[in-house]
Amino acid sequence: MAKFHPEPEMLMEYAAGSASEPISLVIATHVAVCPECRSRVAEYEELGGALLEDIGDGDVDQRVFDKVFSQLDAATPEICEPAAQPTEEEADLRIPNPLRSYLGRPLEDLAWKKKGPVEEFEFLTDCPGVTTRLLKIKSGKAMPRHTHEGMELTLVLAGGFTDQGLHFGRGDIEVADTQTDHAPVADEREDCYCLAVNDKRLRLTGPLSRFVNPFIRL
Amino acid sequence: MITDVHSFSIQNEGILGVRAINRNRRGLSGSWALPKTSELEGFRILSPGMALGGNSDWFIRPPMNSTKDLQVEIKAEDLTALMEAVAAHKDKSSFARLFNYFAPKVRAYMLRLGADAGAADDLVQDVMLTVWRRAPQFDPAKAGVGTWIFTIARNRRIDVIRKERRPEIDPNDPALVANDAPSADAALQQKRDQSSVRAAISELPEAQAQILRLAFFEDLSHGEIANELDLPLGTIKSRIRLATEKLRTKLSEIG
Repeated sequence: MAKFHPEPEMLMEYAAGSASEPISLVIATHVAVCPECRSRVAEYEELGGALLEDIGDGDVDQRVFDKVFSQLDAATPEICEPAAQPTEEEADLRIPNPLRSYLGRPLEDLAWKKKGPVEEFEFLTDCPGVTTRLLKIKSGKAMPRHTHEGMELTLVLAGGFTDQGLHFGRGDIEVADTQTDHAPVADEREDCYCLAVNDKRLRLTGPLSRFVNPFIRL
Repeated sequence: MITDVHSFSIQNEGILGVRAINRNRRGLSGSWALPKTSELEGFRILSPGMALGGNSDWFIRPPMNSTKDLQVEIKAEDLTALMEAVAAHKDKSSFARLFNYFAPKVRAYMLRLGADAGAADDLVQDVMLTVWRRAPQFDPAKAGVGTWIFTIARNRRIDVIRKERRPEIDPNDPALVANDAPSADAALQQKRDQSSVRAAISELPEAQAQILRLAFFEDLSHGEIANELDLPLGTIKSRIRLATEKLRTKLSEIG
């Protein structure tokens, strides 16, 4: 069970649909392994539904109505048949959906690029100002000390790392910003895989240079 | 509560919707809904040609000197029944009622989020056809009709306007960590209907309700909302937290 969660505001931005695609990917992948945040997102969606019903009524052109009704007979219902799922043996269960559908293959088969003690695989490259990549830190190795421009969200997929006295395991999210100067060290037992999104445009606020968010019920 | 002029649309299978126009409150705009036949008793039906610019709209008038009101508010439980009728036997008249209730809201949502009129109309079509096609997937135990349609509208907008994918969990994914002990909160949430959430929102202080609307309808991050309102981000966050805390307290009292 994850110990470090996205801020409630991030869950709300995800539910509202205002978060960028890479940030949404981190949140959705965390939510897949964190039932508590999943029910929090459902609550925010319920809020969205209530706000939609309260939005007030404008006119909809009769032609829109007619166009929709003229297409009903041709529209094939989407019966709730789940898409063929990989069996537990076949699936790389370290990568929950939606991330798995973005990668399309097991972690080992990705085109990793070596950068010092770390290997990385960059994807979702058409989002200006945002870098989305998977990181692989060898067991027991440290990432070089680094700072960030903007904000970085790191979601642990497998293994774990220790950073500034805190241990992050599967499903945990570490949030770091420009003032964070850190050097995470991967666990001894196994290699650590993370999804890291760096958004140069985002800034954290508040007195903490590094923000961790153990679950706080509002 | 409608007491003024009404029109309704006649399609092959009979009355599909009443456009309730209340001149006092909204000028000539109005919403669509379907009253029971008994509620139309005594109303005078005017032929289509008499409508200003009317196409297939028929207009009806209440009897002279009538104090009769036409109740056209569709209640939350009716929405669920309508969705179920669409899912079970592709019931078009139920779908028409859902269309008349939600299409104007979906259009207003798209306009608030910056779509122009043409794009908003296209998205209304897209969203309502998606509702029709996915009706068999609607599960009232998971979400109310309004919530379900909100998520469809949100995702279609991201797809069509932002041209991005919407990352979502897959409920059938074997890697999904199941909620093994559904909390009491979740059980409450399932039974609650949308109207109680709406009632709770209406009791929030305006500054808090405003920020929730900005967060959902302006495609702004909380940082951008702070810029827009010229307030510190900390103030925005604490208002959002206060608002959600109040909603949660209110709803657990009702629950």
